[in-house]
Amino acid sequence: MSRYRKILKAAFASLLLVALVSFSNNVLAADGEALFKANCASCHKPDEDATGPMLKGARKREPSPDWVYKWVYNTNAMVETDPYAKALKAKYGSVMSSQNQLKKDEITAILDWADNYVPPVKNPAGGGGEPATDNSLLFGILTLILALVAFILLQVNSSLRKLSDEKEGVLRSEPVPFYRNKAYLMTAVIALFCFGGYKTINAAIGLGRMKNYQPEQPIYYSHKVHAGTNQINCLYCHSGAQDSKFSNIPSVNVCMNCHKGIKDYKGEDKLVREDGSPVNGTAEIQKLYAYAGWNPDTKTYDKPGTPIEWVKIHNLPDHVYFNHSQHIKVGKQQCQTCHGPIQEMGEVKQFAELSMGWCINCHRETKVDFYNKETGAGNKFYSIYEKFHNDIKNGKMDSVTVEKIGGTECQKCHY
Amino acid sequence: MEKKYWQSFGELNQSESFQQKAENEFQEQLLPLEDLDDKGLLDAKSPRRDFLKYLGFSTAAATLAASCEMPVRKVVPYLKKPESLIPGVANYYASTYINEGDVLPVIVKQRDGRPIKIEGNDKSTITGGGTSARAQASVLDLYDTTRLRYPTQNDGKDFKEIPTFDQLDKAIGEKLAGKPVVLLTSTLNSPSTTQIITEFLAKYPGSRHVQYDAISYSGMLLANEACYGKKAIPSYHFDNAKIIVSIGADFLGTWLSPVEFAHQYSTNRKVSAEKPQMSRHIHFESNLSLTGSNADDRILHKPSEKAAVALNILAKLGGSVTAPALSGKELNDGVKLAVDQLNAHKGEALVVCGSNDVNLQVIVNAINELIGANGKTINWAVTSNYRQGVDADINTLINDMNSGAASAVLIYGANPVYTYYDSKKFADALKKVPVSISFNATMDETTELCKYSVPAHHWLESWGDAEPKTGYYSLMQPTINPLFKTRAFQASLLKWSGSAVEYDVYFRDFWTKKLTTTEAYFQALQEGVIEPAPAVAAATYNNAPLADAVAKASAAKAGKYELVIYQKVSMGSGNQANNPWLQELPDPISKVTWDNYAMISPAMAKAILGKDVLGSQRDGDRYEVTPEKPVITIKANGKEISLPALIIPGIHPDVVAIAVGYGRQSANKEKTKENIGMSANGAGLNAYPFVSFDGTSLRYSAVADISKTDNVYALAQTQVHGSSESRPVIYETSLAKFAKDPKQVLEEATHEREMLTAASNGEDFRKDATIYPDYVKPGAKWGMSIDLNTCTGCSACVVACTAENNVSVVGKTQVIRAHEMHWLRIDRYFTGDISNPDVVFQPMMCQHCDNAPCENVCPVAATNHSSEGLNQMTYNRCIGTRYCANNCPFKVRRFNWLDYNGSDSFPDNQDPLIGVDLDEVTTQMNDDLTRMVLNPDVTVRSRGVIEKCSFCVQRLQENKLIAKKAEDPSLIRNVKTACMQACPTHAISFGNVNDKESDVYKIRNIEQKDRTFYVLEQLHVLPNVSYLAKVKNTDRHVSNEKEEGGEHEEGKKEAHAEAAKEHA
Repeated sequence: MSRYRKILKAAFASLLLVALVSFSNNVLAADGEALFKANCASCHKPDEDATGPMLKGARKREPSPDWVYKWVYNTNAMVETDPYAKALKAKYGSVMSSQNQLKKDEITAILDWADNYVPPVKNPAGGGGEPATDNSLLFGILTLILALVAFILLQVNSSLRKLSDEKEGVLRSEPVPFYRNKAYLMTAVIALFCFGGYKTINAAIGLGRMKNYQPEQPIYYSHKVHAGTNQINCLYCHSGAQDSKFSNIPSVNVCMNCHKGIKDYKGEDKLVREDGSPVNGTAEIQKLYAYAGWNPDTKTYDKPGTPIEWVKIHNLPDHVYFNHSQHIKVGKQQCQTCHGPIQEMGEVKQFAELSMGWCINCHRETKVDFYNKETGAGNKFYSIYEKFHNDIKNGKMDSVTVEKIGGTECQKCHY
Repeated sequence: MEKKYWQSFGELNQSESFQQKAENEFQEQLLPLEDLDDKGLLDAKSPRRDFLKYLGFSTAAATLAASCEMPVRKVVPYLKKPESLIPGVANYYASTYINEGDVLPVIVKQRDGRPIKIEGNDKSTITGGGTSARAQASVLDLYDTTRLRYPTQNDGKDFKEIPTFDQLDKAIGEKLAGKPVVLLTSTLNSPSTTQIITEFLAKYPGSRHVQYDAISYSGMLLANEACYGKKAIPSYHFDNAKIIVSIGADFLGTWLSPVEFAHQYSTNRKVSAEKPQMSRHIHFESNLSLTGSNADDRILHKPSEKAAVALNILAKLGGSVTAPALSGKELNDGVKLAVDQLNAHKGEALVVCGSNDVNLQVIVNAINELIGANGKTINWAVTSNYRQGVDADINTLINDMNSGAASAVLIYGANPVYTYYDSKKFADALKKVPVSISFNATMDETTELCKYSVPAHHWLESWGDAEPKTGYYSLMQPTINPLFKTRAFQASLLKWSGSAVEYDVYFRDFWTKKLTTTEAYFQALQEGVIEPAPAVAAATYNNAPLADAVAKASAAKAGKYELVIYQKVSMGSGNQANNPWLQELPDPISKVTWDNYAMISPAMAKAILGKDVLGSQRDGDRYEVTPEKPVITIKANGKEISLPALIIPGIHPDVVAIAVGYGRQSANKEKTKENIGMSANGAGLNAYPFVSFDGTSLRYSAVADISKTDNVYALAQTQVHGSSESRPVIYETSLAKFAKDPKQVLEEATHEREMLTAASNGEDFRKDATIYPDYVKPGAKWGMSIDLNTCTGCSACVVACTAENNVSVVGKTQVIRAHEMHWLRIDRYFTGDISNPDVVFQPMMCQHCDNAPCENVCPVAATNHSSEGLNQMTYNRCIGTRYCANNCPFKVRRFNWLDYNGSDSFPDNQDPLIGVDLDEVTTQMNDDLTRMVLNPDVTVRSRGVIEKCSFCVQRLQENKLIAKKAEDPSLIRNVKTACMQACPTHAISFGNVNDKESDVYKIRNIEQKDRTFYVLEQLHVLPNVSYLAKVKNTDRHVSNEKEEGGEHEEGKKEAHAEAAKEHA
């Protein structure tokens, strides 16, 4: 367990390093990268073909350097007329929809970035670092030894006293053996009661909590490959998270948007299950095709599809109301805050405890995007909190936490 | 303490047992363990050993259940997600509730593909966004387990499934070929359906369409044909009328288009100190109707005197008719009052009459002509299409069926075997018809006699349209895929008339053509309604039929006792009788659930039952304290039924009133539960047989013979549950006094507040008259204001609340135990003259007190206060001590005695306790199909927890989230609670009282400062619900007014109270 955490930490650090290095390259490229991730990454890759062609050198391959600008805005029209577009369709099965939201210089930025793209250097994971030591066992043994020493000393003490008593001729009743000594027995009973009680209560509190729950799914779907390596935005698949209480599991047609083109797994990440057994990525994609009813050879849906029955990992009790969009849109939280380093997970596991205490703690500490009447910064909704506004102005408080606006009251989540 | 407002005779008389009962609100003697032991340990209801057994079992069960593995839950996303649907986000679609000619434009809330709530459509000027209890409840009909699931053929013994629609169409095509067809429907006001019917009838020469209404308006249709040359009903404008005289028309409850009329009516009933004006409503009637209880002046007469009342009004207004003498001073005074008022407001007055007698309606037309209503308050430019059936047609049809002239009958939306007065005659005739096809959704009384059953969609599954009034259209669109193998009625007709077009295509083409463009069609679908510019016109009046009508109407037959057949707000004609929400909805007047009964006056009770409930405390208690009511037998028109007698003051002393819509029964009584449904099964008796036919139209009153029996029958009445123990909760005044001094109405409350503030040497009642600190509400503070003047008691809000908040249905025996679960109840108070009392309705729900007494007593802090002023109830923390319910002065907290909704994780928890027979309906919501109606945003409560009104916190949270996402605080002004949304009179306002722009802030502090009061304010519980004092536009003394020298009745009541004290 702790070993993995080390690996994660190292991976994080290397990612951060790479990000910093590439950020410092130049601003335009960074813009291109951001735009690419926001608009193109779900189907394109900079340096290899995916659902769509690779973007590196696109302008060189295409009939003319400015062809791409016409293409991005008029895909539907050009696919019928333009020979190069027809060829693209023939190769990839479908063509993209028009991306009218992109400005011309933004397209240039994306393509420039792709042309200069250098794949990040892969750091060997988990380089160096001591394996974590757990001292509790040591302490436990130490305590036991000390207790044993104390016990022996007590026994020795009583034997010595017995000897001296005999010597002095003091008559004493036969001493009780230690296992019938009431003081010892009582101490043992109390210790057992405390220990047992502590264990029972902890177990009871933990009932129904499923931290680290990592069930096997019908398809080995790796978030590491999709969200980590390929940088697909979480909201591309879990689009409900910004509009709804549910962050929906994507429907099969969303998977097929990309996987119509991506038939084989050729990534460098090794796909392994928790037990270390390897996973054949291509076979998993075939499973998806079976669910979708897709025939990759004829590129048609020639069988009736069936929805995928995923195993639900994050379960809240029925009496809890949780709204994703509240946290994502209004609270501007990252998915990782609750779901952990999801971009590093092969199969997903429950990262957080999802207990009420865990929720409440966050609500106590997190600050809301409070409205500042003077500067106009922050969420204007909070302008109704006149009192807090005055308190901030008078220096009585410096920020407003979720708790202050009622975020720990019962009926914010239970109704 | 003065007892000016009372809910029961016990409260009126302050009898000993009433006081005992009020103290013992949970009625422990009725608890489930009552039968276990006679004595037991320490005389406990439950013996110690059993207690230990339960304790042991529950500990063991909890341990076992808890130590089990967590179940593996699956999550199954779509294969291909529909674009318009985001799981977890509700969609709203404009549609139309259509039921037996009733039309209400609505918005359907659909969550994840399931319609779960009906809301009014604000775009409609007809309803103004209001709804009715029945429309609100109709969403549950969609998930009714008794709905027919596929087309069937009757082979003489049983209905056998027809596997495909093609086979059905082939079989029926062969049977119908070349035959004249009779199409029997309830009133259909759908333009596209009318066109399809025309095409269909043309295909089968000699065919005709008969419209039959369960409750007939053919008297009006024929009278208007005679007087105005149009067999139609005009539009009424209650909003233009300063004087409204109703002769037995229950226009706020059940007459013609009650939501429309309530909406219009309320616009003239909103009074403020600035504008102390309101309409005056004078009501003549025999029973106590919802409309009558809202009237400013209410005058009682016998049903046989109805024509005489109309004739007297006509004669006194100057009509050249001779009127028969009226009995009694009160009636004569009432007629004089009405005539004076009508004379004073010509052109601004309206007279409506609920009778189905053609002659009487002709007389009413003459009255309306004299007061200049035609073209002002009666609009002939736009006619109403709600009811079009003419009674003679159905009789002709029966003859044709008997003679063989009608060889094929297609029935849609009508259930004459139940609703026709001579059921046997219709049933026998129907059995003779070679081809009979029913499109009704359930195996009702008529369908089971037909040869084929081709169930149509529920309206929430259908395309459709309606033209409730000429030129006003409302469109219907499906909000769910059909649940069963059903087919639209129109689709079947299209198929059988040889058309290859599906109904949805036909419908689209029909409206695209009518609206000229596809865009206009989509626009209309989205908005739901299409309305023309308002137009008002008069029709040419023909006085000729009057003389004949007067002669015939005068000859009404009178008897010692007379019977009135009426409709209840909840049940209507009875086609939604299997709706448990409606069955459990307490009738606004009688507060009885799950039954009908014979409503009689205290005077008749004294004469027939020998019970003097007003004069003798002993009699009053004997009658009132137990749910068992004496049964009386009513004989009229050669029929007789025995029903429990319910004594309600305000009914004419010689009148017994019985509601239709109950007593649904299959031909084989044993099959009722299976065919018609468990909710309808056993609820009341059928009163339709008492209807009679006078040669032209059906009559809903008769001379009756009433006799006592020795039987008793238990009625589940809710009103005496949760008493406020005669504390003053209502303030009321008359318009004249209010105009003179608006402050006077709340003088008593103001005085009390000042006293309490002074006693603590304080200045501010809120802060100083208490030892509790005042907590700030920094952001939103939610508050509600309810106008007692415009609340008509129609109960749409109660059903809306039930639907929105997953409120449980408990069944009759549980209601008798006072276990009903309604979060919102409407309290009915009588006041004033005991023989003809005024009625006040007061919606009562959790008041969300800022100093809530319930919060202090909870040992586990399961109920506490939020920084937004909400009294929060946390179910998963509640351990069910019920201390909170005990300490609530408003009695609004409800306890889950059983697992009504199947929410518990232990299946065995469902089993009833020893010695208790549960009604089947108690656990009805455990069914998977029925549970589809539940609102997924509201926790389904489990057994053993308290629940209560949450101010629709899920809606508040949703609206706040929308406002936060849009970064616009003004958006939270759009929040509407379910009760507020449903209200046809906009009596309820809700909002953030910290926001000076919100409606509720304005009402409390500016517009209605003088009428705003809080119930039981002197307890300093600081409720967040305020009420507006009631104002009556009458010359009479209104109860809460300060006046020297109490009336005779007042004195009598005092005497009773003193007697009670002596007795104690």
